[in-house]
Amino acid sequence: MTSGDVKQLVWGAILLALAACVPLVANGYWMSIALTIAMFTVLSTSWALFSGPTHYISLATAAFFGVGGFLVGTGMSDYNTDYWTMVVIASLAGTVLAFLVGLATLRLSGVYFVIFTLGLAEMIRTLVSWIQNNFTGSRGLYVLTDLGEADIYIHLVLVAALVYLAGWWIARSRLGFAMRIIGNDEMVARHVGINTAFSKVILFTFSGFVASLVGALIAPRYTYIEPNGVFSPELSFIVVIMALLGGTGRLWGPIVGVIPFALLQEYINANYSNYSTLVLGIAFLVIVYFLPHGVLGRLEETWAKRRRSTW
Amino acid sequence: MKLTKLFKSAAIGLSASMLAVSVQAADVIKIGAVAPKTGALGGGAVVTQWPNVELWSKQVNAAGGLDVGGKKMMVEIIEYDDKTNPGEHIKAAQRLAEVDKVDFIVAPYGTGFNLAAAPIYAKYNYPHIAVSAISDKMPELTARYSNLFFTLGNTTSFSESVVDILKDMRAAGTIGNRVAMVNVADAFGIELAEAARPRLKEAGFDIVYDKSYPLGTPDLSPIIKGAKESNPDAFVAWSYPPDTFALTEQAIIQDLDVKMYYTAVATCFPAFVGKFGSKINGVFGAGGVNQDSPDIQAYFKAHKDITGKDADGWASANTYVSLQILGQAIEGAGTLDRQAVIDYIKASSFDTIMGPISFEDQISNRFWTVGQWQDGKFRGVKSSQMAGAAPIVAKDGWN
Amino acid sequence: MDIIITGLLLGGTYALIAFGLNLQYGVARIMNLANGEMIVLGALAAFWIFVADAISPILTMLIVAPLSFFGNWLIYRFLLRPLVRRAKNQGQLEVDSILATFGMAFALVGIMVSIHGEYYTYSYLAEPFEILGETFALNRIVAFCFAVLIGAALWLWLYFTRTGMAVRAVSVSTEASGLVGINVPQLSAIAFALGGAVTTMGGTLISTFITLDASVGVVFTMKALIIIIMGGVGDIRGAIVAALILGLVETAVARLIDPGLTLAAAYAIFVLILLFRPQGLFGRKPS
Repeated sequence: MTSGDVKQLVWGAILLALAACVPLVANGYWMSIALTIAMFTVLSTSWALFSGPTHYISLATAAFFGVGGFLVGTGMSDYNTDYWTMVVIASLAGTVLAFLVGLATLRLSGVYFVIFTLGLAEMIRTLVSWIQNNFTGSRGLYVLTDLGEADIYIHLVLVAALVYLAGWWIARSRLGFAMRIIGNDEMVARHVGINTAFSKVILFTFSGFVASLVGALIAPRYTYIEPNGVFSPELSFIVVIMALLGGTGRLWGPIVGVIPFALLQEYINANYSNYSTLVLGIAFLVIVYFLPHGVLGRLEETWAKRRRSTW
Repeated sequence: MKLTKLFKSAAIGLSASMLAVSVQAADVIKIGAVAPKTGALGGGAVVTQWPNVELWSKQVNAAGGLDVGGKKMMVEIIEYDDKTNPGEHIKAAQRLAEVDKVDFIVAPYGTGFNLAAAPIYAKYNYPHIAVSAISDKMPELTARYSNLFFTLGNTTSFSESVVDILKDMRAAGTIGNRVAMVNVADAFGIELAEAARPRLKEAGFDIVYDKSYPLGTPDLSPIIKGAKESNPDAFVAWSYPPDTFALTEQAIIQDLDVKMYYTAVATCFPAFVGKFGSKINGVFGAGGVNQDSPDIQAYFKAHKDITGKDADGWASANTYVSLQILGQAIEGAGTLDRQAVIDYIKASSFDTIMGPISFEDQISNRFWTVGQWQDGKFRGVKSSQMAGAAPIVAKDGWN
Repeated sequence: MDIIITGLLLGGTYALIAFGLNLQYGVARIMNLANGEMIVLGALAAFWIFVADAISPILTMLIVAPLSFFGNWLIYRFLLRPLVRRAKNQGQLEVDSILATFGMAFALVGIMVSIHGEYYTYSYLAEPFEILGETFALNRIVAFCFAVLIGAALWLWLYFTRTGMAVRAVSVSTEASGLVGINVPQLSAIAFALGGAVTTMGGTLISTFITLDASVGVVFTMKALIIIIMGGVGDIRGAIVAALILGLVETAVARLIDPGLTLAAAYAIFVLILLFRPQGLFGRKPS
């Protein structure tokens, strides 16, 4: 471990600790925004762990997130299980599912991979509703807990710490090295003896695990779980878009997309309530045209310029 | 550096918007409304929810406002689109409470949204008079949230009423024992089918066809064909708006000749009769309204005159009633103090377009459960404690 | 027999959804996430004009098609072309076009909601039509006939005209066709605009038998993506075959097994096909 590595860890720990202090100062409104930001930060960052270096765009996030939320709901309502037990079961189930999906996608690349994950996620969504309809005999999925938004936020910050630590470790490991080579040229990766299948599945599984954990942790916020709501494919798209807006080249890329985007969205919703969807769409187009390489790209450009000018 | 700048400007933008609204004349009652305009429930909310918010606020203001302890105060509505996204809804609810600092709120649209927002409205102690929320957990929920009221009924009563109609028709010799039942595989549809199944069996009916279909099925003709082949006397569908239309269209085309035909949500919509005209005479649907009540007739007329749209035959009136209750409670309590208003709601009986409404353990037991299209009007035929139920007629073909 | 005909009719609907995107993605290389909104726009036009003036959706379709062609041409020329020009590689373009068309989808939803926020319901040709003693909906049959016409016209154009050949060349390789003197930017704009026009026509037809609303577009976008990927990118025959397979599978499962499993079965077929043919039914193996 070099001193640079240690420095990064220390900085990361300080920032996370600061993030964990938000509930001390924020009122309910800002807490809500912070919680939304935390949720998408964790989802986008863990998504980018796999998709960033490999350029494999996965649209399966909603499937894992949905499994998390749905299992917590069904476990608590239909089987009277304790919330934390269900969080553990749900994230394990999500992990197993992600592992299987990861295995299934191995032969695919490019746009075929993208849409395959979307199709698979949709298949899981309709299967889950069918199972709920025919076997679990559900009378509504309620997640009634005493957890407030601040509690959920803290849980998500802890998960964020886990994701960043994992990302930090992967970047320094053989696994990260392998992923980068796969992203540049998968054929080369295979020829230099990298077990591409193993590396891809491991990372895909990890991001699936995180998504299902987030789905389970956020469920108390919604109180009442509608399967078609928690499995909504919209989530997969938003996660991808936030990560792309930020930039996937670095571990902290997604968060610089999530934060300004969430604030912008909030600003639009608050001020253009009747036209918020339209204005949001236009804002999107403006971002794409004026931030060609995401927020991260713009930041790095600015830094590069600054460095040049000081020399 | 750039990042902190961005942060700052965003924060400035947000706090500027806060300032803009917090500088308000003091003699205005601010009422927040969050419901979908876009997303899966948007199409329903613009029929049932939004026009009533507009109607009620315009009527109140035209009458000079609400009388709060001797002072006339106008109402101002602050509305947000939750995009049928619970996360978005929660944020907007927080925004109403913390930024807009509204005095009162209009309940959300949809069971999931009412429950997701309940903890927030409870935290700020807003009277939360839920309308479009149908659940069997009401006693548990009202025990949890002392500010939460339910007005539209529960899952059990909706399924029970349909079984009652079947029993009535069987007793009259109109139908036999064969019932085909389908449901949309989503929260509401699954719950109602689950509640209806044991009751049908208990009442001695044969469920000859019992299938679900996924949300967003593009072609429902196989369902109607399958149901038709099972040769049913009655057809019951726990459906959502787009499938209510699609199932009925297919039933007409395939000539599903049953004496009892029921589809759930949106059967009561003006668009339903607009689409099918006289063909749907005798169709049953969730909800109902007393078409002969002068109060309701006046309400329908005002709804059309002021919003330019027709009210539906079910929750439109309930939504309006929930706002009437809020208004009367504010006037009755004579203050904007929310706890006083909540206490007033719990203790009083309200004179509404649906007759007198009062709450027992925060739940109102006066609501319609089943209505039927009879000669171009959607009439309530089954209810919990409502007066003016129309007699049931048997469906006689699709003409 | 009943299952086959119902399945084919549904397949025709799916083909209408997917034709346009197939051209837009296969030729112009734009992963158009606003595809579903174009469908809804066509439906909105049909509904609006029908309710106001009782004008047949078929007539509306003929009016809307050239408008949509022009509108989509403008979108490509002014909104998407700059992205194509600045993209260094296909991956970059994919990312940019996903972001840009996602924004467009939002903007279109916003516009449509302000025009008409309720369900687009009306009745047109909702009448029984008998084939071989079985009853089908006339509006679905009409839509199917148009799907066949549109599919045939596209196929004739692509395989028997010079422009069509050039379009196919672009879909095989943008770089190589540029080298042999094909005006790639112009052809891409035409393909994109034509794709948009076909999609809007599909929307007007579909609105006669499916109840749409302003926000429902994304459902169609996903279906279209799945169909063109299952068929193989850029091949019109693939899209047709995939659409028919989905229609038949969904109907067969609904009638023989359980209607609750229709969509799951359709996605399962899609998943299975890609597992065994990772480049889709008619797709070329990546070199």
